[in-house]
Amino acid sequence: MRFPILGVGLMLLASAAAANDLPELTVMTYDSFVADWGPGPAVEEAFEKTCECDLKFVSAGDGAALLARIRLEGTRSETDVVLGLDTNLTAEAASTGLFAPHGLGVPEFDLPVAWDDDTFLPYDWGYFAFVHETALQPAPGSLRDLADSDLQVVIQDPRSSTPGLGLLLWAKAAFGDDAPAFWSDMADNIVTVTPGWSEAYGMFLEGEADMVLSYTTSPAYHLIAEGDDSKKAASFAEGHYMQIEVAGKLAATDQPELADRFLRFMMSDGFQNIIPTTNWMYPAVVPETGLPEGYETLIEPKASLLFSAKEAQSLRGAALDEWLTALSQ
Amino acid sequence: MADRAQPIGPGGAFGVAVAAAIPFVILVTTGAILWVAEPGEGLGGADLAALRFTLWQALLSALISVSLAVPVARALARQVFWGRNLLVTLLGAPFLLPVIVAIFGLLAVFGRGGVLNAALTGLGLEPVSIYGLHGVVLAHVFFNLPLATRLILQGWQDIPSERFRLAATLGMDARAVNRHLEHPMLRQVVPSATLVIFVLCTTSFAVALTLGGGPKATTVELAIYQAVRFEFDLSRAAMLSLVQLMITVVVALLALRLVRQAGFRPGIDRQRRRWDGGTGIIRAQDGVVLTGVTVFLLLPITLVLLRGVAEIPGLPGVVWASALRSLGVALCSTILVVVMSVAMSVAATRLGRFSRWVETAGLMAVAASPLVLGTGLFVLVHPIIDPGRLALPVTALVNALVTLPFALRAILPACKTIEDDFGRLATSLNLTGWARLRLLVLPRLRRPIWFSAGLAAALSMGDLGVIALFADPDGATLPLQVYRLMGAYRMDDAAGASVLLLLLSFTLFWVFDRRARDVEP
Repeated sequence: MRFPILGVGLMLLASAAAANDLPELTVMTYDSFVADWGPGPAVEEAFEKTCECDLKFVSAGDGAALLARIRLEGTRSETDVVLGLDTNLTAEAASTGLFAPHGLGVPEFDLPVAWDDDTFLPYDWGYFAFVHETALQPAPGSLRDLADSDLQVVIQDPRSSTPGLGLLLWAKAAFGDDAPAFWSDMADNIVTVTPGWSEAYGMFLEGEADMVLSYTTSPAYHLIAEGDDSKKAASFAEGHYMQIEVAGKLAATDQPELADRFLRFMMSDGFQNIIPTTNWMYPAVVPETGLPEGYETLIEPKASLLFSAKEAQSLRGAALDEWLTALSQ
Repeated sequence: MADRAQPIGPGGAFGVAVAAAIPFVILVTTGAILWVAEPGEGLGGADLAALRFTLWQALLSALISVSLAVPVARALARQVFWGRNLLVTLLGAPFLLPVIVAIFGLLAVFGRGGVLNAALTGLGLEPVSIYGLHGVVLAHVFFNLPLATRLILQGWQDIPSERFRLAATLGMDARAVNRHLEHPMLRQVVPSATLVIFVLCTTSFAVALTLGGGPKATTVELAIYQAVRFEFDLSRAAMLSLVQLMITVVVALLALRLVRQAGFRPGIDRQRRRWDGGTGIIRAQDGVVLTGVTVFLLLPITLVLLRGVAEIPGLPGVVWASALRSLGVALCSTILVVVMSVAMSVAATRLGRFSRWVETAGLMAVAASPLVLGTGLFVLVHPIIDPGRLALPVTALVNALVTLPFALRAILPACKTIEDDFGRLATSLNLTGWARLRLLVLPRLRRPIWFSAGLAAALSMGDLGVIALFADPDGATLPLQVYRLMGAYRMDDAAGASVLLLLLSFTLFWVFDRRARDVEP
């Protein structure tokens, strides 16, 4: 922008004008969703074509930090919809009483599990995995191998990030009561713990680590968007923990109908089409056109792991303490 | 000056009120923290690890900064060369440098993709990582080595020049000068310099936030932030705030016991000249030390400038909006600092022997850590209003409180001198109250006032602390915006925004400080 200050002024004017004309729907989400290359811009355009509204995305760190933000804002929140929690957090989120039941008819989801949550609705899913350069040979074949290796990895903080929390539960699902021993062995492999996925993936791309905690679908980004097949997700013998990402409507919203429309739109092709090539996850409802070319090259986990929302809620506190204790030594 | 040389008056009463407000704010925030904290839960292993890490990294940072500063200060003290004054001025710059900008620069030098690792891998060596304990200590040394150098250089300059002349007459070489003059001085100066830096490093937040390596490298201040922002666990944040308060209080008490004034009797203040810096080896040695420290300080900033200058015109609107927010915060905080410090100084001079109370109130602000004050205020306002709405006023207030002690150190002595020199004359002319302030005091305080304003503006502009605790997603200040851009891996924008922040901070200081220099002495 050539005249930045003028630009800011114009933007403020523009947003003020828009606010006067159209109802505003505020969706709080994680950082990478609203990045230029993320789904945010395309979703906004597609939804605004039909909704006669102004869709505003607000980002507040990574997925788990969203819940802290919502609890902080409480019933005062100006947010209408929260998009970006996952099933590891839904029970905790529902127990705050800040979310309203969606009350919508749901389509047939293409999820590996049956969906019966009456508050949150899924929009995409995937498997957590450690991503590395193809040049890294041999790549570790299990979480245990990784912990025993000298490889340097970047992971995310389970308190602020859903992938971080996913790894915590992945270790719990794979090792049970031996998870603390796994974390002790991992401690010397961890370059740093970032607050969110974006920071970690950025560091990995910058060459700060050999591997990064991400998804089995992440190599698709490099392959499809950049024509680069040098990134790979390591397939682990313990199986891969699954993530189902969800959105929910806040009870205190002043735009309940608009929020419902957004949630319905989220489960339709208009939204689901955007997901595989912007959020780089499997769509919750596979659109008519199917998955984009390139997805067939991705690894299929040998086994998929997932705790139910209730189990995740009851495991989280103790698992977090174990993690903190093991990594702070 | 006699006790109660003049009536306290409305201006003085205002100053007393301000002075009283500081302990009041600190007590109220601490009270709020105590109210919320649930001591029953106790401190977990991770909290103790944060406490241990805070003390350990502060100790390492202080020891390394000071041990590196001794040769630098010695070289500066005994060598005369072109650019020496410039170098001494440069040593003052990191104090005003926004932390996030320095970190961006340090990453460009010491990160995996940085200059150093490029050289190391070029030589076939293993690359080093900047994250974790050594990264935190590195950043702290970057900020505090210059400070330590200036403190120790002051020690050298306090050695009367006659002693060096005498040493030269007796034919002492560098080693003998060291034993008889420098070593005794260092024994007095080094402990207090170490302690000052230790104190500064115990409240480190932004460095640990960006360069910490997870739970292993978390300071208490960072843990407070995580408790609020990651878990929204206010009682845990409050417990950690109590831990931080205890650290500051214990260290402050230690400082009072340990720091004593240096004991050289004044000389007759003649021009300083050194006779022991002449031999080739010593000159070469000093040259290496000074070149090393100059490169260490300048390289990161140069790399930020090189990468970022061209990005400024293309910065997105949110960056400019956050820059405007930061300027607003900096100016409000500056006005607060000036009004508070002038009012307190006037009150202190009018109070006569009770003036110590006012000064102590000002010093209390040193002990208050920004994140602890922030947590207290957060706990207080949260039930009433969304803290995000108060992010900017709270940031301005906390920044002002943190800068206040520095401003008081500049303004209070000047105020006392004015009262000593002209007070009786003014009283005999019946010049009191507002007229006295306007006609006598303020015109003569212009110099320290403008200097303090520059300091307050630059420090507040670059602050990344309380704002991180309070800000809502679209209310960031410029330093927070830089942090977020780095997090979103938009490194070009982050570099551009860093340069913008750097320019704004130093321009603010320069604009105000130039007015201070313009004032006729």
